[in-house]
Amino acid sequence: MTALHSIRQGIPLAIEGIGKAFGAREVIRGIDLNIPAGQFVAVVGRSGCGKSTLLRLLAGLDQPSRGALLAGNGPLSAAHDDTRLMFQDARLLPWKRVIDNVGLGLSGDWRPRAREALAAVGLADRAGEWPAALSGGQKQRVALARALIHQPRLLLLDEPLGALDALTRIEMQQLIERLWQQHGFTVLLVTHDVAEAVAVADRVILIEDGRIGLDLPVDLARPRHRGDARLAALEAEVLDRVLQRPALPEQPDPVSPLPMQLRWAL
Amino acid sequence: MTFISLGQRLAPWALPVALLAVWQGAVVLGLLSTRILPAPSAVLAAGWELLGSGELWTHLAISGWRAGVGFAIGGGIGLLLGFITGLSTWGERLLDSSVQMIRNVPHLALIPLVILWFGIDESAKVFLVALGTLFPIYLNTYHGIRNVDPALVEMARSYGLSGFALFRQVILPGALPSILVGVRFALGFMWLTLIVAETISASAGIGYLAMNAREFLQTDVVVLAILLYALLGKLADVAARGLERVWLRWHPAYQARGGAQ
Repeated sequence: MTALHSIRQGIPLAIEGIGKAFGAREVIRGIDLNIPAGQFVAVVGRSGCGKSTLLRLLAGLDQPSRGALLAGNGPLSAAHDDTRLMFQDARLLPWKRVIDNVGLGLSGDWRPRAREALAAVGLADRAGEWPAALSGGQKQRVALARALIHQPRLLLLDEPLGALDALTRIEMQQLIERLWQQHGFTVLLVTHDVAEAVAVADRVILIEDGRIGLDLPVDLARPRHRGDARLAALEAEVLDRVLQRPALPEQPDPVSPLPMQLRWAL
Repeated sequence: MTFISLGQRLAPWALPVALLAVWQGAVVLGLLSTRILPAPSAVLAAGWELLGSGELWTHLAISGWRAGVGFAIGGGIGLLLGFITGLSTWGERLLDSSVQMIRNVPHLALIPLVILWFGIDESAKVFLVALGTLFPIYLNTYHGIRNVDPALVEMARSYGLSGFALFRQVILPGALPSILVGVRFALGFMWLTLIVAETISASAGIGYLAMNAREFLQTDVVVLAILLYALLGKLADVAARGLERVWLRWHPAYQARGGAQ
């Protein structure tokens, strides 16, 4: 278990005045945020508020129209190898067995490490199976193992639990929390579930209309108990804030150019 | 195995066997002239005789060679063109509409021209087979690459894959189901083209065997040649399915019955 246990500090993150526009439409209208190393931050907001776009900017999948993303002393783009993103859908390659999915993009003797990573998410015995044989929650755990094997210092989670059933969600939340405590990486979790946000995060950021609407610390000791009155109070505080504002007219999700549309050249 | 399960296994064969029996009986009783249709036993006998003299192997080998070489050339070019147009915008802009235009010419309509170009030797037949197999593979390769899930490509890129690694690990396997559909179509066109090309002009091969036998009213050999084509077509299809079962074993729809895990 040496590889996974070597402690690497999380990345401190500084987001300075970033904005992102797709054509004439501004999705992010200036966000400033400082995240200390190793903090677990949850980003919540209505759909279309720009929270997923923020994550894609951090992951380097899109480029900001203005502003700067800094990691420690340098630009975040230089720390790309230390950043891993988990998508809402697991995005496993169906033609690779589970263990080969975990080892995607690695070279050398990665198999023992891939087995460790799978063991860490409780799927050591499924290493040789095809992803099609796994349940939704298991696929997400494989995706988590795939992210962890790179020993990320910044883990970006884009509603990774959104499609899971309630019980599996709670299990996954606890798993992510435990692995975060073990490895000390910085986490940015985008979620539409406010209860989830206050249950797992150190800090909840509400994004409204492309800006930060609320920045709420969650100073509760861990392990936290679901149903705790203070958690419920915090959840209510965030929800009240979300609901007091009239809903924006329904906008389609920002369509970012996917690689397929940009096309690739070998 | 119980008697019932044995019966279930044999049931699909009952009708063909009965038909063969009726056919044989009709010829034996003189209800069916051998000029129209020879008895199944006569076809078998003809096959046995040609097998014994080694003639059958010669014809099979030459037909198989034409089909194989034509398929390799046409399929290879189709695959390459499909990769080029599927992977690059410029490739598509330059090539796709031209390829589509040529595709719309029925390749068998070119036979007179092909005879003028190549005469009636091997290259004419190989050329026709190559032309017939090129387009199904081209179209399905292009289509397969275009339909690779962009979300998977994005994921793979964010995990540091690019260039050939991205192609080999993500794009090619993603396009493979479609490419193999193209291969199966192409195999069908391969035999069809070969049959036409061999019956028009050849001095060896199964088509020649059939045309030659027609001159001498040997209906048994004609029927044998037809059956051989059917058998070869079936073999090619079984081979293509075998490829699907191996290369697409990750795909739930292609897993062998009983779930190969």
